[in-house]
Amino acid sequence: MRKIATGCVIAWLIMCAVGAVAWADEASSTASAVSQAAAAVPIDSGHTTWVLISTALVMLMTPGLAFFYGGLVRRKNILSVLMQCFMIMCIVSIQWVVLGYSMAFGRDISGLIGNLDWMWLKGVGMESSSYAPGVPHQAFVLFQMMFAVITPALIIGTFAERMRFSAFCLFSLLWAVFVYDPVAHWIWGKGGFLGCLGGMGAVDFAGGMVVHVNAGMAALAAALFLGKRRGYPDSISPPHNLPFAALGAGLLWFGWFGFNAGSALQANGIAVSAFMATHIAGCVAGVTWSILDWMKFGKPTTLGMITGAVAGLAAVTPASGFVDLTGAMWIGLGSGIICWISVTFAKARFKYDDTLDAFGVHGVGGIWGSLAVGMWATKAVNAGGVNGLLHGNPMQLLIQAKAVLVTMIYSFVVSAVLFKFVDMVATLRVSDHEERVGLDLTQHKESGYTLLD
Amino acid sequence: MKYIIAVIQPDRLDDVLRLLEEKEIHLVTVSNVVGRGRQKGIAEVYRSHKEAGSLLKKIKLEIAVNDTFLKVAIDAILEGARTGKVGDGKIFVMDLPECMRIRTGETGPVAIG
Repeated sequence: MRKIATGCVIAWLIMCAVGAVAWADEASSTASAVSQAAAAVPIDSGHTTWVLISTALVMLMTPGLAFFYGGLVRRKNILSVLMQCFMIMCIVSIQWVVLGYSMAFGRDISGLIGNLDWMWLKGVGMESSSYAPGVPHQAFVLFQMMFAVITPALIIGTFAERMRFSAFCLFSLLWAVFVYDPVAHWIWGKGGFLGCLGGMGAVDFAGGMVVHVNAGMAALAAALFLGKRRGYPDSISPPHNLPFAALGAGLLWFGWFGFNAGSALQANGIAVSAFMATHIAGCVAGVTWSILDWMKFGKPTTLGMITGAVAGLAAVTPASGFVDLTGAMWIGLGSGIICWISVTFAKARFKYDDTLDAFGVHGVGGIWGSLAVGMWATKAVNAGGVNGLLHGNPMQLLIQAKAVLVTMIYSFVVSAVLFKFVDMVATLRVSDHEERVGLDLTQHKESGYTLLD
Repeated sequence: MKYIIAVIQPDRLDDVLRLLEEKEIHLVTVSNVVGRGRQKGIAEVYRSHKEAGSLLKKIKLEIAVNDTFLKVAIDAILEGARTGKVGDGKIFVMDLPECMRIRTGETGPVAIG
């Protein structure tokens, strides 16, 4: 235990030291092409305001997710989920300014990764960058930071109730560096080999692949690697606080407007169109899930409704700025049906314990949405975007499929390797006794609820 | 003196309390409990997975009565809690050797009620 903690601290210090060296090395500070090229664009207060507000909205999604997940676990584990979400916010944010942003968005190396010029945000200032013209570069850094935070937080849903906290911290940091940062570069970074800024042309408006497929596949790896909770599936208590889950889903939905509409990075028509697509896809998916529950189990459930809505929001994420209303509705309908099938039948069939359905909802929803953008995307909505299969460009679907496949394989394999590594240096799973008692008491020495005043 | 423990359906609590009140039985302690009887459990569905709830939510009433009130109390509970379906609950009656009112120190039958 102590050894692991020391290891983490040492790794942390090394990271900071490397950053400090880079900082001191002023001679090599050549401002990158990206920031030079766009330096001429004046800052636009409207765009900047919208990006800053969106950043705050996306930030709120992580605590929202904490309550969404927290309500679904058993009473003895609620604090562990809240704590993991908040800790991830802190660790990954620091990681992001130290090196993550540079790895994801820095000057490209062979299409695979950004270089470390922007480590410690050196040379990243208040002028606008070509990623977000008219918006200070650091505002873009902040906006993207919140995406980097919520992505590993999504994985928590799968290893909830049984992962040791120290192992969790180490895994999340490593995952951000070795999975999130590269995948974000491939798709969103200038020169990334999958994306449309010099790559093979896959589009991902707000993170269907980067966030949802990526986290979903890591979650699947977690479910397979960590194994089932004791007592699963026959004697696991039901969710301990569904009102919390509904509150969390509401906060997620609210934040999602920043996530998707904010990804326009400008206060313009594309942002509005993405806002509309986002909301309607969530609505259609929520209704769809309820109807399926109603038909199969006789009653529409609250948990089904909010799960469906989240599935729809996840699925429309990559498409939100590229599809019209009809496209958004089809994506919502498809995600409601596909995710419902995945959670209802696939999980039971294959007998893995995806505790809170991070794979079944985010992974499957993200895969569906990332493919669907290759069907319904239209330049009528976004002139800077692409046309999909239904608008005369069947190749786009193929490109999307390739990009999804690459993301799935990379995320799954590297996540599995990281789980193996973390398990070796810091046992992943709590002991049987700790699992029975609950993570709140055994990992944090606190309880979420007192019995007496 | 007798001590009555009754385990009833939560949705019958209002009726039972009203009937006890009508018979001037005010002393009652109520708890939320979970338990299991011949009714077994009802299955709830969470994200498409039937959770076979093996323990059910019930209400436990505890009432101390003087012997003359025993039948009245039991009748009130029976009337209020009975629906005729499996799961209506149970009434247990036991002897109560002593009772003391903390405020005054009175003991025995006078301390009840």
